[in-house]
Amino acid sequence: MRDVLEHLWTHYHYVFYIALMLIGLWAVLAKGNLVKKVIGLNVLQTAVFLFYISIGRKTGGTAPVLWDDKPSTIPYENPLPHVLMLTAIVVGVSITAVALALIIRIKRGYGTIEESEILALDEADARADAEGDA
Amino acid sequence: MAAHLPVLIVMVPLFAGLFSPMLGRLKLGIVWPLMVCALGFSTFGTIHMLAEVYRTGQPITYEFGMWPMPTGIGYRVDLLNGIVLVMIAAAGLLSAIWMLRPVARELPDAGRKSYYAIFQLCCAGFLGITITADIFNLYVFLEIASITSYVLIGMGRRRQALYAGYSYLIVGSIGATFILLGIGHLYMRMGSLAMSDILAQFQANPELYQLSDVKVAFAFFTAGLAIKMALFPLHGWQPGAYTHAPSPSSLFIASTSTKVSAYAFYRLCFSVFGTGVLLHGIEGLRPRGIPEIREVVLAMSCAAIVLGPLIAIRQGDLKRLLAYSSVGQIGYIMLGVVLLNEDGLTGGIIHFWNHAAAKGALFCVAGALVYRTGASRVADLAGLGRTSPWTGGVITVAGCSMIGVPLTAGFWSKWYLAAGALEADDVFVVPVLLASSALTAIYVWRLLQLVWFAPKDVQPPVDQEVPWSMRLPSMVLAGACLVFGLTPWSIDLARSAARALGVAS
Repeated sequence: MRDVLEHLWTHYHYVFYIALMLIGLWAVLAKGNLVKKVIGLNVLQTAVFLFYISIGRKTGGTAPVLWDDKPSTIPYENPLPHVLMLTAIVVGVSITAVALALIIRIKRGYGTIEESEILALDEADARADAEGDA
Repeated sequence: MAAHLPVLIVMVPLFAGLFSPMLGRLKLGIVWPLMVCALGFSTFGTIHMLAEVYRTGQPITYEFGMWPMPTGIGYRVDLLNGIVLVMIAAAGLLSAIWMLRPVARELPDAGRKSYYAIFQLCCAGFLGITITADIFNLYVFLEIASITSYVLIGMGRRRQALYAGYSYLIVGSIGATFILLGIGHLYMRMGSLAMSDILAQFQANPELYQLSDVKVAFAFFTAGLAIKMALFPLHGWQPGAYTHAPSPSSLFIASTSTKVSAYAFYRLCFSVFGTGVLLHGIEGLRPRGIPEIREVVLAMSCAAIVLGPLIAIRQGDLKRLLAYSSVGQIGYIMLGVVLLNEDGLTGGIIHFWNHAAAKGALFCVAGALVYRTGASRVADLAGLGRTSPWTGGVITVAGCSMIGVPLTAGFWSKWYLAAGALEADDVFVVPVLLASSALTAIYVWRLLQLVWFAPKDVQPPVDQEVPWSMRLPSMVLAGACLVFGLTPWSIDLARSAARALGVAS
């Protein structure tokens, strides 16, 4: 038990990343409002950014900049996860943009952005189609 | 130029896609020929590379900016992804030709040039996922392909398409985030993103499989990709997306999208984690890989193979019926990887081509139905064989291939999967495959009965044949079902690919 607690204490960034991830997932799954779902998705992605950035951290590390072309003896942060997250942030922004564009068109088409109301309207449409066939 | 072919097949559609909206502003008429030329180039390029790899037996590697592979990003073409690349590029080209008329009818003029642009970006995304040898690059291309797919689906005429696109966006982004987390956990342990580098570390030290971060990474990858490939029971987004998307989108996405994610799973198992990851250990010694994942994927595939066609039987909408049938078909491809022997893998790998051809042809027919009647009701197929015999022939051949009638392509997939299952001692898979064939036969027969044996007094809703630009691609796809069924070379190719992956025969 003591080991587990100590592990959690020394790796507390994992606790934060998992908590954020679960908050994001919960919002995506449990919220009925389409915009809130997108916010949940953003929280989920932020959790991943936090995870990546924290694994590149080094105690006492500085910026990974090479001075005087000499091999550095000072510990430095791993820059690669930062670079990867730069890409992932761009991806996250594009997804949010597409999602919001779709939500605007959904609002125009259905007149609502509540999932339950949209599903009810879809069902009504499907029933109308079936009656049209008969 | 031949040396740069690996990068050109991705970049040509990518840049053609980027320039399409600008050129379309000058003259809308030149965008479509440009798209056909770009995808035609990719198709010939991929076929050339596959032939080259098959002839020399050596994979083609391409390193960006002369940076050697573990440091820089590279592309790599071997037989497995050569086969998938040809599938994507050919499906893209045929869909591009096919869409000339339906796009004009199903999309407003203002949306057309952006539709062509996004379609090409989507093709480039799928080609990139398949060709890359770097796992983070794979994620980036996965997102390019996914974001464009959301838009391609959301551009349908009815408002349901918007909601279908949105649902796919939410679920797909969760899947992609899981894949990103998997990459993070793997990178944390391995310190590398190049596939060959990670594989070498696993092969040198199989003890690594027992580390919890490796297990977590593999679990995240599997879950994320299972969402992306709509593996039962994570297929919830797929029927709505296929049904409400514009017909050209359904045609292209149904014949490639989920299979590219299945390919990514093949690539992970064989070229990133190594085959050992799915294996049981030897009795009394430490376990070898993470066999639990194999069992889960096996169970999900078998459930998909039976339940997909079972749900398909009672659908009244042709596109939705085909979507559920795709849920079942992806099970076959995933079965190939978890059987872990040469026969099973051969079956799984040829099924990439066989299913793309059959499902593409069937979605061409669904698109023809939409083109003539404005909807895709199964009942509207009545009497189709009388008024448009070519389209009737296409649905017959492709339907037989879906069932797995001997002499069609689908038969060989099932044959090799069954052989692989017997070899792997997973005997219960054989009745599962037979049950699936029987269920598929029920819904295909329902379609064929309407097409050919409708009562004489019924006025066929499809009153005439579709234009040649739509008929020709569907006939090429149906022809491919017969060619792959009658000639052994596609099986030879798949067998060589399976052998190159290095499983026990």
